[in-house]
Amino acid sequence: MATSLNSFRTGPDERGHFGIFGGRYVAETLMPLILELEAAYNTAKADPAFQDELDYLLEHYAGRPSPLYFAKRLTEKLGGAKIYLKRDELNHTGSHKINNVLGQVLMAKRMGKTRVIAETGAGQHGVATATACALFDIPCVVFMGSVDVERQSPNVFRMKMLGAEVRPVTAGSSTLKDAMNEALRDWVATCENTFYCIGTVAGPHPYPAMVRDFQCVIGNETREQMIKAEGRLPDTLVACIGGGSNAMGLFHPFLDDPGVRIVGVEAAGHGIESGEHAASLTGGRPGVLHGNRTYLLQDKEGQITEAHSISAGLDYPGIGPEHSWLKENGRVEYVSATDDEALEAFQLLCKLEGIIPALESSHALAHVMRLAPTLPKDNLLVMNLSGRGDKDVPQVAARMGMKIES
Amino acid sequence: MSRIAKRFAQLKADRRAGLVTYITAGDPDTDIGYQILKGLPGAGADLIELGMPFTDPMADGPSIQLAGQRALKAGISIDKTFDMVRRFRKETGDNDTPILLMGYYNLVYQRGADKFCKDAAAAGIDGFILVDLPPEEADELKPFAVANGLDTVLLTAPTTDDKRLPAVLKYSSGFVYFVSVLGITGTSSATEEAVRTHVERIKRHTQLPVGVGFGIRTPDQAAAVARHADAAVVGSAIVERVKAGLDDNGKPKPDLVPGVFAYIRALADGVRGVRKG
Repeated sequence: MATSLNSFRTGPDERGHFGIFGGRYVAETLMPLILELEAAYNTAKADPAFQDELDYLLEHYAGRPSPLYFAKRLTEKLGGAKIYLKRDELNHTGSHKINNVLGQVLMAKRMGKTRVIAETGAGQHGVATATACALFDIPCVVFMGSVDVERQSPNVFRMKMLGAEVRPVTAGSSTLKDAMNEALRDWVATCENTFYCIGTVAGPHPYPAMVRDFQCVIGNETREQMIKAEGRLPDTLVACIGGGSNAMGLFHPFLDDPGVRIVGVEAAGHGIESGEHAASLTGGRPGVLHGNRTYLLQDKEGQITEAHSISAGLDYPGIGPEHSWLKENGRVEYVSATDDEALEAFQLLCKLEGIIPALESSHALAHVMRLAPTLPKDNLLVMNLSGRGDKDVPQVAARMGMKIES
Repeated sequence: MSRIAKRFAQLKADRRAGLVTYITAGDPDTDIGYQILKGLPGAGADLIELGMPFTDPMADGPSIQLAGQRALKAGISIDKTFDMVRRFRKETGDNDTPILLMGYYNLVYQRGADKFCKDAAAAGIDGFILVDLPPEEADELKPFAVANGLDTVLLTAPTTDDKRLPAVLKYSSGFVYFVSVLGITGTSSATEEAVRTHVERIKRHTQLPVGVGFGIRTPDQAAAVARHADAAVVGSAIVERVKAGLDDNGKPKPDLVPGVFAYIRALADGVRGVRKG
């Protein structure tokens, strides 16, 4: 149980395992490359010049630190916990994804790679990768499921403007998992010159740990900002989870503070009981996919089943392996919110705070709407507002039966 | 001695290389899939790889992806795959041709590595080729494979250097599968010179036979590989023959099975035409 561990922050072990989760389940062709990346990352981590360059870019290019904003009207409306929003949607490119991408593209440069590939669901990671590749003048190819190309068209156009090639993927369910399959297929053929920039805390070791480290800037800032604002640590953290990188970035720096309650919110789609959802931890079981062992949506035999969520960024049948581990040891609570609840939250934040949240982050907000009223007024709650919702406006408008003139 | 080891010993005695044929289990449906399996040795296959269809075949190109989708749609399962092999051993009386399962680890993991190995051995299967189980993770399968007399054929790639090869070989038995190109199945082909160099390099590290696959499509290419390796592996090009035997509605045409066998016979002629020292 939770109390038997001295620290929740020491993983993974040297083989990339978090308990039984994680690992390196990849084709032999990729293994040497993954070992090379691990060695290069360990060297970079210990190199102050690498951290300095990344810090400079995070501050002057991405616009960090992102504010920790007290949402007064939202707090009053929900009538319980004091709600702060970690404003990662204000980052350059509109989400937390840039934190990780800047780190990985610096790694690509360090390793002498001349081409970058990425997978994307909502397009936020694709846009962030295209952006960093424009900045560093590296050719970039983004794989995106054709269903997502359709529902996230503003981001497709942004990637193209930034000089990236967007390759629609029509295999399988034509969403994020299929984009990841196709990126892996490209990588196995091009690994000698190509860096695979994974967008979340998943994939083979060292990706889950490396992406987490790059995203921890969210939680580290939150800690400092909350101490400055309130003189103490927060009581509750809430973040949405697809692969789980924004959540891991917020959670990880607080895992060893037992007084901090931590809640991850998965996408329940049409409802867990409907079977049409993307809640791997709630509705799945451990399996092996995309290079790691983690909770997966799958049938009895182990065939991967299709996820469903209104949010393209959460529409993935797996989750980062460290989340699976944190679920099993009980340190983090995992819950879910449906499409309808997320849409309601989306509209509430627009009206109350003048902020259009991403549909992904709206899932976290949907749970805050349930949770905050049950908490005392001195409970300090931080929700990660991981992305902005401009990209979702056409889809939400259609859902609400409104037409946008084009 | 395992069936695989015996088969390679026989090939050596016959002074020739072997032909390893890959088909996707249950493609295009369970019945025809079984007819193809049953006829493979007669058409010239020395070893058989039976692909286990998976929804997310990350290392496979379009041909094998589509074959897997056809088979899944037609209702293939692991149990049915085992049944197919059991029936093959019983009906053909062929107790010599090795059959290996090829695929992705999740299907093994979900059944439980122990139970999977027991059931596979009981069905008459001889070993595994699991694309996403490199030596780093092979410990979770190897003891159960050994306990049930199953060989584990690991992949080596052009990126597997001399430093890494011993780690791969430590978990390999039966033969070593050299993936001759960087990439997914069914795309580009290696040059004969590249095959020769890599096979020689691998043989400096091991006594195990070396099979070479990826990108072999013609009898000439199969013969070129046979000149240097102990076996040539053909997969995508065979499942493309299955696809070619389907009409516009995906229904099998009468010449599907004969078409597949004719193609395999040509490959076998290519391989058998090479005399080995």
